[in-house]
Amino acid sequence: MAQVKMTVNGKPASGEVEGRTLLVDFIRDTLGLTGTHVGCDTSQCGACVVHVDGKAVKACSMFAAEAEGTEVTTIEGMAAEDGTMTPVQKAFQEFHGLQCGFCTPGMVMSAEAMLKDNPSPTEAEVREYLKGNICRCTGYHNIVKAILAASGQDVSNIAAE
Amino acid sequence: MPKDGGIGASSKRREDVRFLTGAGNYTDDINLRGQAYVHFLRSDVAHGTLDNVDTSAAEGMPGVLKVFTGADFAEVGGIPCGWQVTDRHGEPMQEPPHPVLAQGKVRHVGDPIAAVVAETREQARDAAEAIEVDISDLPTVMDMKDALKDGATKVHDDLTSNLCYDWGFVEENKGAVDEAIKNAAHVTTLELVNNRLVPNAMEPRVAVGDYSRGTDDSTLYTTSQNPHVIRLLMGAFVLGIPEHKLRVVAPDVGGGFGSKIYHYAEEAFCTFAAKKLNRPVKWTCSRSEAFISDAHGRDHVTKIELALDADNNFTAVRTETYANMGAYLSTFAPSIPTWLHGTLMAGNYKTPNIYVNVKAVFTNTVPVDAYRGAGRPEATYQLERVIDKAARELGVDPIELRRQNFVTEFPYATPVAVEYDTGDYNACMDKLLEMIDMSGFDKRLADSKAKGKLRGLGVNCYIEACGIAPSNLVGQLGARAGLYESATVRVNATGGITVMTGSHSHGQGHETSFAQVVADMIGIDESMIEIEHGDTANTPMGMGTYGSRSIAVGGSAMVKATEKIIAKARKIAAHLMEASEADIELKDGQFSVAGTDKSVAWGDVTLAAYVPHNYPLEEIEPGLEETAFYDPANFTYPSGAYACEVEVDPETGKVTIESFAAADDFGNVINPMIVSGQVHGGLAQGIGQALLEQTSYDADGQLLSASYMDYAMPRADDVPFYDVDHSCQTPCTHNPLGVKGCGEAGAIGSPPSVVNAVVDALQRAGHDVTHIDMPLTPSRVWQAMQG
Repeated sequence: MAQVKMTVNGKPASGEVEGRTLLVDFIRDTLGLTGTHVGCDTSQCGACVVHVDGKAVKACSMFAAEAEGTEVTTIEGMAAEDGTMTPVQKAFQEFHGLQCGFCTPGMVMSAEAMLKDNPSPTEAEVREYLKGNICRCTGYHNIVKAILAASGQDVSNIAAE
Repeated sequence: MPKDGGIGASSKRREDVRFLTGAGNYTDDINLRGQAYVHFLRSDVAHGTLDNVDTSAAEGMPGVLKVFTGADFAEVGGIPCGWQVTDRHGEPMQEPPHPVLAQGKVRHVGDPIAAVVAETREQARDAAEAIEVDISDLPTVMDMKDALKDGATKVHDDLTSNLCYDWGFVEENKGAVDEAIKNAAHVTTLELVNNRLVPNAMEPRVAVGDYSRGTDDSTLYTTSQNPHVIRLLMGAFVLGIPEHKLRVVAPDVGGGFGSKIYHYAEEAFCTFAAKKLNRPVKWTCSRSEAFISDAHGRDHVTKIELALDADNNFTAVRTETYANMGAYLSTFAPSIPTWLHGTLMAGNYKTPNIYVNVKAVFTNTVPVDAYRGAGRPEATYQLERVIDKAARELGVDPIELRRQNFVTEFPYATPVAVEYDTGDYNACMDKLLEMIDMSGFDKRLADSKAKGKLRGLGVNCYIEACGIAPSNLVGQLGARAGLYESATVRVNATGGITVMTGSHSHGQGHETSFAQVVADMIGIDESMIEIEHGDTANTPMGMGTYGSRSIAVGGSAMVKATEKIIAKARKIAAHLMEASEADIELKDGQFSVAGTDKSVAWGDVTLAAYVPHNYPLEEIEPGLEETAFYDPANFTYPSGAYACEVEVDPETGKVTIESFAAADDFGNVINPMIVSGQVHGGLAQGIGQALLEQTSYDADGQLLSASYMDYAMPRADDVPFYDVDHSCQTPCTHNPLGVKGCGEAGAIGSPPSVVNAVVDALQRAGHDVTHIDMPLTPSRVWQAMQG
């Protein structure tokens, strides 16, 4: 067991971990931040995406010990203190970009990171970026639409609700 | 004008804020004080005798509380099957035992052999690796037709063979069907495979068992679509716990698609072990484990024959299907290839003679049960593929051939025992043709050709039977449960309402759409209504959510309960206004006396019900809370017409979906935004089945596609924006909302149009290809093109 320290959602966080403890398990089990989800065990589904030092990372793909000294942001850290959601979060609700909600935290964290790098992506760029995030409910239609809308683009010509 | 509230409004989902901010409460988010963890040791052999399980080393490992094996469950019931099918000779199906932990034999890769409960998840996993298991391999039973040959190895030694049942439907029609096929002007025959799929809800299954020695109460938190069903099956048939001592909670559930209907061994284990150890016991399934323990879907091998007369009228359909049950019977498995498949073989067409034969077969594979659509995608796929093939053989337009044979008069009694109440198949087809710009196809074809690509257009129709189902009917058909639904409407003193429904929401947005219905009926704001579901402790006995039944059956129960509320509230309002009850009108949350300016608000009436100072106590009780159970009179019959355009790369065989249009008739629609979302998701699953998803076993019974590295889930760049429409509405005639259900349509209706489109593309390019089995991977398409 070893002690790790990092900043999570702007606050200091620490705990005892085994060498094999994944960052996602540290976040969920040690810190009790259960918004980050685990949907697979091969780093494919993207339900566990968080930001580590500002970059989107699948939290199942690094050990907790590797996150020593980093700034981690989870889905719980996205909305403002008063609960106001980010434009991406708001767009997901506005355009029905989620159903069961399980993949949603990872989708939102990926979308936030994408728009930081590419503030006005094309549909194809959004779809390409989301290849690492699997959703079984929405068929991606409204997720892609929500992200395009969150980037400030007009989505009124995209079919259906 | 879109409505801004109530029935027909695209109200934004109230569920979303918690899911978008990480505040959802899924089963794996539940951690109880003193909780221990279980890890299941599963068979890595598909078929073998379990000669010895030595747990002694594991028992001495750090943190281990107990290691359970099949011997610990000798006195416990097995996992029950909820549906008994009677075969074509009047005999009951063969129903093998399904132990919680393997007894004497393992029958599929993933069959649980032992379970280690330890202080931590890692300790449980480490100790499981120290269990020594001796298995003598037996020959595997993988191919369904081989499994039925004389002398085949048996999956279950106590059964007479690997045949679960040989079902004929309608058996009395067989002679007439054979005769019609013999006398037909043309018969089109197609042999096809409906590929085995893994449902893959994004949330893996989780179970947390808890026990209170002080009260002798057991609680199970589980990822279920129907907590009451789990309580009944597990309590009555497995563990012998009466329902009043057993609570089942299914909190936020991350998708189901059928796979979370069933009662699974891990649920029974955690509940059982929690009592044995007097500690909460938690199991979190990994994705790799899910692939070998969640019930799979589809897996039919079918031969279908369509007979036509000289004028191209359909005269008969005859099918022979082999349906894989896997190694054990999952909860509703026997009903899927029979009553949810055979009864749909009329499709949208007035075929007078239909005979369906289904042989259900045990194999050394994971059990197969309902997956989104459940039997209806299998029916739709074979029928819509054979019609397309027939049109091509006869040189007629596939759309016109369909139109010519559409059922156009309702109600329509099919020769396969169901009666469609309403529908307008031409209207859906007309709408579809409006959506897809048929006249522009030639230009799009030329554009594709200029890029070196092939292009094709595929169309199909579908019908499904939803809102399962009249209890007395399904009882006759072998269901071991009723299929009503329930709701309790609890009005609070200040007018807010809590609705407790037996339906369960795991992505469908019931908390929003169900509230819209009650708000509309009373004329109050949706925000005054809260929908509760998923906890047997505070919701009335319900059968849960599957088969697109929630709004049609659960919504109807809620309407009935709300009608009782309104009836009582009118009595209270009449008393408050000293008027006759017959003169009381309810509009926009105000009760008024007809023809006067006297009125009382909803909140005045609800307050009077709970502070009954001025109240007709001699006539009615205080309080305002009503429960209703609703048992549907018939199934509902959503229908639609779908079209898909594809490009095929002739160099690689890769298929790209260029457009997908869906024109559905769901009857009345409560929340168009949510309904469109349901269709989108179904379409992606159908496109996934058609192009990507394949559950592959090798001859030894090893699952080759057991992770997201190997099983191709549809991703964002595999699908286009969809064009969906549900403006064709023929309301259901027998439920109070006129709704039909929309949850499965996309998955039922989409695979045939994708395959029809690819065949169209290849034929337009001069390839003599009449069929390719799903999934239409690049290698399969390329090989087909090479002849």
